[in-house]
Amino acid sequence: MTTRPYAAFRRTLSFADKFQEFHWPLLLVIVVVSCIGIAMLYSVAGGHISPWASKQMLHVSVGLVLLTAAALVDIRYWMNFAYPLYGVCILLLIAVEVVGHTGLGAQRWIQLGPIQLQPSELMKIALVLALARYLHGLDVEQVSKPLRLLVPLVMIGIPAALVLKQPNLGTAIILAMDGACLLFLAGLSWWWILPTGTAVAAAVPIVWQFLHDYQKRRVLTFLNPQNDALGAGWNISQAEIAIGSGGMTGKGYLHGTQGQLNFLPEKQTDFIVTSIGEEFGLLGCIALLLLYAAIIGCGIRIAMAARSQFGRLVALGLTLNFFFYIMINGAMVMGLIPVVGIPMPLLSYGGTAMLTVMFGFGILMSVHVHRQVEIPRHSGIIL
Amino acid sequence: MPLFDPKDKSRYAIFTRRTLMMTGTMTAVFAVLGGRLYQLEVLEGDQFKTKSEENRVSERLVAPPRGRILDRFGVELANNRRNFRVLLIPEQVTSSVRSALDEISRILFLPDRQRERVLREVNQNKPFVPVIVAENLSWEDFARVNLHLPYLAGVQPDVGQTRAYPFADELAHILGYVAAVSPAEQAAEPDPLLELPGFRIGKRGVEKEFETQIRGVAGVSRVEVNAYGRVVRELSRETGEAGSDVYLTIDHELQHFVAQRLGTESAAAVVMDVTNGDVLALASTPAFDPNLFNVGVSTAQWKTWTSDDHTPLINKAVAGLYPPGSTIKPAMALAAVDAGLEKLQVFCTGAITLGNHEFHCWNKHGHGHVDLHRGIVASCDVFFYEVARRLGIDRIEAAAHRLAFGAQTGIELPGEKAGVVPGRAWKEAHYGVPWQQGETLNTGIGQGYILVTPLQLCTLAARIASGNAVFPRITRIIGRTAEVRPELDRLAFSDDALAAVRSGMNGVTNQPGGTAFAWRIAQPGFEMAGKTGTAQVRVISREEHYAGVRKNQSLPWKLRDHALFIAFAPVTRPRYACAVIVEHGGLPEHPQVQMARDILLYAQQRDPLKLPTAYPLSAATAATRSGKA
Repeated sequence: MTTRPYAAFRRTLSFADKFQEFHWPLLLVIVVVSCIGIAMLYSVAGGHISPWASKQMLHVSVGLVLLTAAALVDIRYWMNFAYPLYGVCILLLIAVEVVGHTGLGAQRWIQLGPIQLQPSELMKIALVLALARYLHGLDVEQVSKPLRLLVPLVMIGIPAALVLKQPNLGTAIILAMDGACLLFLAGLSWWWILPTGTAVAAAVPIVWQFLHDYQKRRVLTFLNPQNDALGAGWNISQAEIAIGSGGMTGKGYLHGTQGQLNFLPEKQTDFIVTSIGEEFGLLGCIALLLLYAAIIGCGIRIAMAARSQFGRLVALGLTLNFFFYIMINGAMVMGLIPVVGIPMPLLSYGGTAMLTVMFGFGILMSVHVHRQVEIPRHSGIIL
Repeated sequence: MPLFDPKDKSRYAIFTRRTLMMTGTMTAVFAVLGGRLYQLEVLEGDQFKTKSEENRVSERLVAPPRGRILDRFGVELANNRRNFRVLLIPEQVTSSVRSALDEISRILFLPDRQRERVLREVNQNKPFVPVIVAENLSWEDFARVNLHLPYLAGVQPDVGQTRAYPFADELAHILGYVAAVSPAEQAAEPDPLLELPGFRIGKRGVEKEFETQIRGVAGVSRVEVNAYGRVVRELSRETGEAGSDVYLTIDHELQHFVAQRLGTESAAAVVMDVTNGDVLALASTPAFDPNLFNVGVSTAQWKTWTSDDHTPLINKAVAGLYPPGSTIKPAMALAAVDAGLEKLQVFCTGAITLGNHEFHCWNKHGHGHVDLHRGIVASCDVFFYEVARRLGIDRIEAAAHRLAFGAQTGIELPGEKAGVVPGRAWKEAHYGVPWQQGETLNTGIGQGYILVTPLQLCTLAARIASGNAVFPRITRIIGRTAEVRPELDRLAFSDDALAAVRSGMNGVTNQPGGTAFAWRIAQPGFEMAGKTGTAQVRVISREEHYAGVRKNQSLPWKLRDHALFIAFAPVTRPRYACAVIVEHGGLPEHPQVQMARDILLYAQQRDPLKLPTAYPLSAATAATRSGKA
């Protein structure tokens, strides 16, 4: 990429320049995976374009527009928007909490005209942006100072607690992991990492051990009321049957029985991967994993190539966020971890999830487009 | 605004290093996911494939059509009728099930009980399971539902099959009936067909005896179902085997006549081909309508049947046990001639004394000089007391067994009773006391312990008439197998003995002074020979004997004697044997003899044995037709 003449060297770029600097392979893989998702939605609907495939096409189209728009926005704008966006997201989470309690129970979204806004989804991006903005201003020694460290911990803790209270364990875990990874990448001292990591790793099983079975179940049920033990057990076993019955090459496109005959609940959202496993077998699943790995690889390379710490942290933070979705959803449908409500990015049916993921890729693309932009460490509002 | 931060260098180095570490971790996670996929799809793939098939494919049993039951001329006695019914599919109902039922009841009459059952079944089942709203509809009702169908959402007209018995109660005791499977029957038999909702099996009669053959073999329809159990499509269908047709030896016309002739009496009658034991008619009245069991018998109806002293649910012809009374006398006479007593002469004074007990003749004035022939014709009790005394119980017992008493005849009907032929060992085993000679005398006139079924009496008549050891049979062909008919043995009594007894029985009906002379068949060529019998059902005290035995007419129905009659016809070259019993019918006009006379006359005039049968013998295997004419 160094052989090309860099328009990005310039501090300001025209729209045409920016288009030229797009990471087209990344965009191509994103579109390919999205199309696989649409094709699978067509299949699980029993070979019908409605109700999911047609709407998902719309989601993808709008998402690509959003991606492009976000990519064209200068990275420094994103840096300036980081804190306000974070603040708005916190307010939205609180609003959901209030509306949820007075309104429809465990409501996670706010209806804004035709758009269902799910603040917890947007929060992941806002948190990455805000943390990157904050960590951008710290050098390596400062990151590990207790007082300096308190700020990002609070920044992670507030949204995580709000999301956990919704309750949405999966998203809360992803928020915490996103934040922890950004701290790690910013150079947090091993003196913090190792004891804390050890303590957490040691405490979880010990605390878990002391819980009775029914308490464990109650904890899980409390955290995920929509997935009661029996329902989760049914989901998981049917998901395993779907994937496992695919064998090496699968039953063939449109010939998956588990999904089409409704044995898989949530087959169009969280469990879409099982249909790929059923219809395309191990080869199909590995191919999908490779496509995802390609996207993550692109994200890592974009992060490494960015000149500003903010850009690097944002790019890798968003990539990690993407990765955590894949990891948790994948492990869940393969029966490695309990059911938590996390969709498979780009594949699962859903407008908010698709738009958020595309928005994230838009900012990632923006980092790539503006990779040569340098941002001074101690910068307020810069432009 | 410094464009380059010197500290950024170390930040960049750390970032790069740690990014590589994270990349490694992410690769490891992907490897774990890939490994898990390999485990699920390759290592355990077969197991999950099976589970997925089990999920997807559901095997549904297809009930085979039940085999028909036909008479000897191929007339259907039990068949499968088209059952017009109306189903309701709750999920297709636009409003509520309740209002849908209201709509239907504007077209059909729906009793409240039926409505409640429908609502209950709707609640118990998934909404796509059709519920039967009404069945066994007339064509008019069914057509009316079809006419209104456009306005009845969720209503589905349907044609099923039900068992039908066109002759209703006339053949109830032969055919039996079908009804829902009881839990005990389900536990006893592993056939999965029994678990089909609404499946019916034979509960009595031929329906029960040949249940396995008539039922057939279930077909299997493999269907693809979704997670809620709804059938998506049929994958394959394995047609079962239709149940076998059963051909009976019954002549439905004769059966109809016999059933009509017995009327409302508590009675039983059997008509048999004397040459081979084929039962042409077997009736027990009153009977029940087996069609009622199809729809379900109400408690009230069931109570009416079980509390009726005419016992409509019992097949008296095979399961009714009666003292044979004087109808045993031909058997005693056979034994007497066999034992060399053919020249026996007895002077009847109206009673005989044994020890300190007096044994009375039915004619208290006595018969005077009585020989074997006159003994049968006049049914002299004193003569047969003497015969029994001379024979002794052991020889009586042996002779009775030779004439098929005291054991099941083996007729293909469930619930056949063996009856009782008493003897020393039997008495010892049942009462623990030794045999008394007085009991021998009582046995000689068919009273005391001895008990027989009407079917056994008819068999006796057939054996005397033909001289063959016939056994009653009611089926000829089951599916593709013909019943094996063994060569019949000659009866183990001399021809002289048989001739003497036949002549005696001829005298009973055709000789003035015979006990049934008044009710003989007068038409030349159709004459019958027979033997009357009366079985006491109450103890007549010594005082009553002296004061004069009370007339049956003056007694309550329950205390009157049973009236029995056995006969065969025509007298020369007999073809038809008949036994009739009228419970508590011991009246001077001998209703049982009149019935037998009419039945035998009708049988001879119709002569079903001369008519060609419809047995598909050529198609059936093991057809060893036998029986000497």
